[in-house]
Amino acid sequence: MAFVEPKEILSGRVIPVTIGTEIQQTFGGENTLPFHKFEGEIPNRPLIALEIQDVTPEEWPETVKKVFEGVSDDPVKWAKYCEDELKAKAIAIRLVGTHPDNKDLSADDAVKVVKGVLDAVKVPLIILGSNHIEKDAEVLPRVAEVAKGRNCIIGKAQEKNYKTIAAAAMANDHKLIAMSELDINLSKQLNILLTQMGFSKEKIVTDPMCSALGYGLEYTYSVMERIRLAALAQNDEVMQPPLLGDVGMYVWKIKETQASEETLPEWGSLEERGILWEAMTASSLMLAGAELLIMRHPRAVEMVERFVDELM
Amino acid sequence: MALSGVEIFKLLPKTNCKKCGFPTCLAFAMKLAQRQASLDACPDVSEEAKKILGEASAPPIRPITFGTGDKAVKMGEETVLFRHEKKFVNPNAFVLEIKDTEDDATVEAKLNDVLTSEINRVGQLLRIDGICITNESGDAGKFQVLVEKVASKAPEVPVIVATDNPEAAEAAIKPFSGKNAILYGVTDTNAEKMVEIAKANKAIVGVRAEGLEALSSLTEKVKGLGVEDMVIDPGARTASEMLEYNTYIRRAAIKKNFKPLGYPVINFAQRDDSMYEALVAGLGVCKYASIVVLSSAQKWKNLALFTLRQNIYTDPQVPMQVEQKIYKIGEPTPDSPLLITTNFSLTYFIVSGEVENAKVPAYLAVMDCEGLSVLTAWAAGKFTGSKIANFIKESGIENEIKHRELIIPGYVAILSGAIEEKLEGWKVTVGPREANALPAFLRQKVA
Ligand code: B12
Ligand code: SF4
Repeated sequence: MAFVEPKEILSGRVIPVTIGTEIQQTFGGENTLPFHKFEGEIPNRPLIALEIQDVTPEEWPETVKKVFEGVSDDPVKWAKYCEDELKAKAIAIRLVGTHPDNKDLSADDAVKVVKGVLDAVKVPLIILGSNHIEKDAEVLPRVAEVAKGRNCIIGKAQEKNYKTIAAAAMANDHKLIAMSELDINLSKQLNILLTQMGFSKEKIVTDPMCSALGYGLEYTYSVMERIRLAALAQNDEVMQPPLLGDVGMYVWKIKETQASEETLPEWGSLEERGILWEAMTASSLMLAGAELLIMRHPRAVEMVERFVDELM
Repeated sequence: MALSGVEIFKLLPKTNCKKCGFPTCLAFAMKLAQRQASLDACPDVSEEAKKILGEASAPPIRPITFGTGDKAVKMGEETVLFRHEKKFVNPNAFVLEIKDTEDDATVEAKLNDVLTSEINRVGQLLRIDGICITNESGDAGKFQVLVEKVASKAPEVPVIVATDNPEAAEAAIKPFSGKNAILYGVTDTNAEKMVEIAKANKAIVGVRAEGLEALSSLTEKVKGLGVEDMVIDPGARTASEMLEYNTYIRRAAIKKNFKPLGYPVINFAQRDDSMYEALVAGLGVCKYASIVVLSSAQKWKNLALFTLRQNIYTDPQVPMQVEQKIYKIGEPTPDSPLLITTNFSLTYFIVSGEVENAKVPAYLAVMDCEGLSVLTAWAAGKFTGSKIANFIKESGIENEIKHRELIIPGYVAILSGAIEEKLEGWKVTVGPREANALPAFLRQKVA
């Protein structure tokens, strides 16, 4: 029996999304499953953004907190450090301080922080709220405005607050993260609602909701695979925006990245365990279809970049 | 490719004699097509039909058992390309390579890493499954020394004997004769001799070729020599080749029923940086490897790899769950606290682990919520006030404890009123949100 390569040429294509102005980055654009360059085109690498926050991250575990010691008390310094020293390709600022249960910072405070960061760095910026439905609807339109002209990504718009946030992204020419909860139908539904209000699907980044290795990774992994198959094999246009894996925030709160080697000797070195946990969550989700990743530890990013090198 | 019911029907006697237990041959054929009946049930089926049906019903990827006894690993038998379609069947094996060029201390340390690698995660015992003994030196004598050492120190661990030199192989495989070891290094040039040695020692044949065409003809050749238990190495060395070859192999086997590639795949993931190696090994886990060979097995790395494998191989339809009942942690007395949670495995093991950490004997009521986590179950209406009340009443716990206090997860604080309403005479206490706050909470409670 002679072997014939079972190539599968797919009819769909993921939408390429370009962000930034002075320095630009593009992700998405492939017409084949993740890294299947043997049967399709993959014009762009997945993009990894380093995460920073508006307030000093007290609750991050030591492993990742200590990397940013001396800069994490000031988002502007922190952002510059990511750009200059860590050579971040993109930066994601998460406005956790605006959450009512956190510092309940105002939209004005957020505007100040975002403006400072925008003035300090050239790489593209992703601006994230605190994941509080009402507060995000209040804060994100304001920061979208101050970032006008910088071609950022604003997020996250969810079923309950997408209208205000999408309108602000549209008015100020930004891309938008549309997040739903681990369900391909909900994800599709939200993209449809967005396009119905006139938001271009070329500007959407889909966040099917992330989960960490060992804590529901398989759900995110399979939802991503299903979205990719819908986009490429079934050519479902609504499912063609690139996918986001918001990895860092899910990884650095679980026990595996926190418990010391003294308490759990069978788990080995905490430092390496934590970094690998983030890298492996990211690399697995890339294999399922994520084109944009938000991560925290520079060594984890370096590992994942090397992995992409070997796959591209 | 599996045959359809109608295709199978054409091969049956068509007498509708009912001896198979089905009213008609067609009904029986339909069940066969769904793999819910066995051909043996029909006494009158012809030899020729048996042969055709037997081949068609063989799994597209040959089942193989690597090693023997408690540590044996089942491989192959996969039926899909994506895990959401159907559960991936047999989790891949992780195998640590030990080379005959490594010094004694390294060899000892690696053997120790394998023997102490077992950990319990979410109720499953996971470990480094095997050892790959590699004849890196090319010297048969050196190789034999290492082989003997592994055989005596880790006699139960499944092994791969890796050499392409038949003389070295002949002696090296002996200590593992009859133990379903893998003799890896069978190529087009040495196939005849190596297959003889494998056969004589009941070893699985590990074939290696550069690329899939060469690999297909090699497996045909080995099969022609009388061996069907094979694992195949397409010669992938970069991550990109791994993804390409593994994908084509899985597709060819499953979608095209291409028998020459219908065997478990072995991938070599060794890299100079151990953390980076884990990512390459993870590619093997996600993308169709049955054996992933590693160069080191640190505990932190094992934990991540085992967890990934567990995630990828869980059933997408049925979350991992534990039995509904009142679990006793430590030796609780009638005064010990009673906590409630759902029967999602992950939830149960995290919570019971933290209650154990607290060193406070307790009752943990685990309620059947179809394997959903606390918040998911609550959102899905399966973890509600009245359901919890019913469960507590029917569990019989009221006969075992003197108090009437139920501790609920902090995330569902909102349920406390509803439970108290339905569960007369009971008091509900809201526990912490995250389980890792349970030890402090429980200790303070009994203090
Ligand atoms: C994976 C997941 C799913 C999976 C199911 C996984 C499963 N087997 O349960 C799927 C995709 C099927 C799913 C579905 C849904 N989900 Co869901 N899901 C999640 C996710 C990402 C993780 C859940 C998880 O596994 N947690 C880990 C376990 C261990 O947590 P846990 O059981 O809560 O236990 C912790 C604590 O509660 C505590 N604890 C547990 N027991 C006890 C007991 C005591 C006494 C104490 C003190 C503490 C304690 O300790 C544990 C660790 O600290 C969460 C979001 C998130 N990141 O948390 C959403 C989440 C739970 N889901 C949510 C929702 C809304 C849904 C859906 C209704 C919507 C949808 N997407 O369709 C459906 C409902 C399912 C159904 N059948 O109808 C919401 C719930 C909203 C809310 N606040 O109530 C969440 C929070 C997402 C969100 N909005 O952010 N989901
Ligand atoms: S026993 Fe065989 S011949 Fe008789 S009904 Fe069943 S399938 Fe048909």
